[in-house]
Amino acid sequence: MLVISAVRNLKMVRVVGAIGMGVQLFYVVYLLLVFLGERSSGNTSEMLFVHDVVWYQSLNIHYAVGVDGVSISLLLLTAVVIFAGIFASWEVEYRVREFFITLILLATGVFGFFISIDLFTMFLFYELAVIPMYLLIGIWGTGPKEYSAMKLTLMLMGASALLLVGVLGIYFNSAPDDGALTFNYIDISHIHLPRSAQMFFFPLTFIGFGVLAALFPFHTWSPDGHASAPTAVSMLHAGVLMKLGVYGALIIAVMLMPQAAVEMAWLFIILATIGAVYGAMGAIAQKDLKYINAYSSVSHVGLILFATLMFNQVAFEGAVLQMISHGLITALFFALIGMIYGRTHTRNIYEMGGLMKVMPVLGVAYLIASFAALGLPGFSAFVAEMTIFVGAFQHAEIFIRVVSILAVSSIVITAVYMLRAAAILLLGPLKKQEYAQLPDAHWYDKIAVFLLIAVITGIGMFPGWLSDMVYSGLGPMFSRFISN
Amino acid sequence: MRNELSLILVVLLLLLAELFSNRQGKKAIITLAVGLFLVHTIVGFLPTSHGELFGGMYRNTPLIVLMKNLLNVGVLVVFLQSSYWLRLPENEHRFTEFFLLTLSTLIGMSYMISSGNFLMFYLGLELASIPITALAAFNIRKMESIEAGAKFILLAALSSGIMLFGISLIYGTTGSIYFSDVMAGMSMHPAQIVATTFFIAGLAFKISLVPFHLWTADVYEGSPTSVAAYLSVISKGASVFILIIVLFTVFRDVVTAWKPLLAVISIATMTTGNIFALRQQNIQRFLAFSSVAQAGFILLGIISGSEYGMAAVVYFVLVYVFSNLGAFGVVAVVRYRTGKQNIGDYDGFYQTNPKLSLVMLLSLFSLAGIPPVAGFFGKFFLFAAAAEQGMYWLVIIAVLNTIISLYYYLLVVKAMFLHKSEEPIEKIQGDFMMNIALVVIVFGILFIGIYSPVFEWI
Repeated sequence: MLVISAVRNLKMVRVVGAIGMGVQLFYVVYLLLVFLGERSSGNTSEMLFVHDVVWYQSLNIHYAVGVDGVSISLLLLTAVVIFAGIFASWEVEYRVREFFITLILLATGVFGFFISIDLFTMFLFYELAVIPMYLLIGIWGTGPKEYSAMKLTLMLMGASALLLVGVLGIYFNSAPDDGALTFNYIDISHIHLPRSAQMFFFPLTFIGFGVLAALFPFHTWSPDGHASAPTAVSMLHAGVLMKLGVYGALIIAVMLMPQAAVEMAWLFIILATIGAVYGAMGAIAQKDLKYINAYSSVSHVGLILFATLMFNQVAFEGAVLQMISHGLITALFFALIGMIYGRTHTRNIYEMGGLMKVMPVLGVAYLIASFAALGLPGFSAFVAEMTIFVGAFQHAEIFIRVVSILAVSSIVITAVYMLRAAAILLLGPLKKQEYAQLPDAHWYDKIAVFLLIAVITGIGMFPGWLSDMVYSGLGPMFSRFISN
Repeated sequence: MRNELSLILVVLLLLLAELFSNRQGKKAIITLAVGLFLVHTIVGFLPTSHGELFGGMYRNTPLIVLMKNLLNVGVLVVFLQSSYWLRLPENEHRFTEFFLLTLSTLIGMSYMISSGNFLMFYLGLELASIPITALAAFNIRKMESIEAGAKFILLAALSSGIMLFGISLIYGTTGSIYFSDVMAGMSMHPAQIVATTFFIAGLAFKISLVPFHLWTADVYEGSPTSVAAYLSVISKGASVFILIIVLFTVFRDVVTAWKPLLAVISIATMTTGNIFALRQQNIQRFLAFSSVAQAGFILLGIISGSEYGMAAVVYFVLVYVFSNLGAFGVVAVVRYRTGKQNIGDYDGFYQTNPKLSLVMLLSLFSLAGIPPVAGFFGKFFLFAAAAEQGMYWLVIIAVLNTIISLYYYLLVVKAMFLHKSEEPIEKIQGDFMMNIALVVIVFGILFIGIYSPVFEWI
């Protein structure tokens, strides 16, 4: 259902990119509406709009795509973020054409991943999304970009290596008694994989996806990677790609290997909690805006992973909601940071101050983003985090209660660094006089920023449609999880 | 026999052309050679009969036909790529020799693949190896080229000797050199296991497996680029084919002997190749070690010992032909026009030669196994073949090696795209034939992966 528009040979590259992604966004919204229509008219099959083409007969690989409630909301996220990202990249000057081509290639990989039902296809798109990152960061980034790009690429490819083994393991165990092996994960989820296989492959798969989701201690690619990347890439990466990791962890690792998941959960819960708290602590120590946000992402996505391991439907829903919410918020942040950096040419908050006077639009947007990030009611993060912790608290064991409290504490720490950064940056006297001349948001900046804020607030105020959709999407998956 | 006969025909025609042409006509010989070979390749795809000749010494099956066609295509691309180099003044009088030598080795390899007994196999092997020496030493005015030739012949002779010893042991214990008879007579007799090991050792030399790979770097570096390309792809590919044929048929019963042996060799090869490639500056050495590592990957398919593994190997060799020739093609262009061979010289290549950079990028990605180019599919199928047999640890080591290899491939990508340079290599005017070759390669790399019937057919 998705068409990549490859931009070629056009001076008006940015406009074409914008139109292309606008069309994409349109498609997704349209798809969303049709989807909701289908659901409300009683269509309860698990995946809708399934499109299945046999690809490699001998291995039973199909190019199989389809959507359910969860994946469609992630598609929506991706479309919004990349649309905003195009506008946030309006000022790229060096090799513009290649930049947008690579960016759209990256987006293709991400879209493809979310709609894949076949494990092979999913893996293909995952790898497809990693390589453009290297080029994008290495060529158009800032700071120690080559080092960051290489570190990021190698760690993510290392993760995909583990994933490959995991996927192959799942595949070859997917027909214990009868019939053919299959890569189709819907089919696999109906089958009970043998326990020994699960115990071996679950860690591989979970860690494989977890690295992309900045699972502690494999998160080290994240701060440098996000900080060195150009704006749109950071937006897409922190906003969407990390969610790819969590989505994969949820759908594949947890859903297909539930026994192993339950047995090994304690280890990964500890890691996720450490990630949530450590990321937040790390953010406090940072002076560079992008690093603050990068660590913040590690922390928030750690929360998502945490929720994934709680194994009840409420927590899963919270996880998905947080995926979307955090994706939008962090995208907004990176967009704003990019705009600020483009004007002041520094990301060190101590070198800036009093920007609110000079750039009121951007300043207010930044404040809104900060409030949203720390979970102020009225914005999406509140809904998401609330749901996560309600889900987590449904467990009665002491262990879970304790780690939940620790994880909640990360929210407090988030408030600390968010407000601190915002205050130092925006309020108070102007640090440098030349800043008084800086322009406020341009038209293209405004489009990106307002779009993101609108969606964040919209979800915050009216979460019902989204959470219902997600909940129902999770339903069938979850019932299988229980039965396994 | 048709393949070999037409090759011999081409050789004879070229000889005649060489003898009877004057100075002017000589230039045309290059075109003539490529044209004749193109015809030969196309003819190879026409349906042919299968069966045995000479009392079982020579066999032909659909798979063998496919393998030979694959090699033909590869050689065709090598010829296209070498056209510019051959027109250079230093090669003025000798380019026909290049074609004759290369075709001779190809004939040898064809016989080797089609062999039905060890004698034919050995004949083919020798016929394939000896002219390569002359090819490696083609740049007679350069010391490193002569050194390459000398190293190659010495080691080839040594490994042939070892293999012959193994073959003689087999004859001694089974009383026959025909594959079918030997197959019946193989068991876990110690002498036969020794024989198997020696046989594998002899072929391992040509495939550049550890610890028989030491010649690879020096010979690839010293030879003319086209020859190195030929060695890395065709020679290796043919040897892989014959290895897999022999192991799966003749030595099937001693599989428990050679499977673990190959597993160890595979791990050693992948790792050594990758580690050494990390430190290379000369791009031909770099590609040499990279191809050593790729050979290690190919072994995964052989180790799996299944029909599916065989298909994966053949498919991977096909993909590898395209990827490696793509990389070598770009290297050839750069070397012949500018004489530069170091990775550092490639800095900023994209600024001046965007198309060549893209070809190199695609080739390197294919070698590394990144989707959506064909190399990804090739590697995936190899890993799947190994995983099917439950050898997950081997697969884990293999994928980890893939990551290491990605790092050094990215180093070249980094130089080309990321680095800026004060004096990038000037824009290189494309040579017609070379361009055709590169276009074919790119097309192949992009589509072979996605177009699945290719794999199904295999």
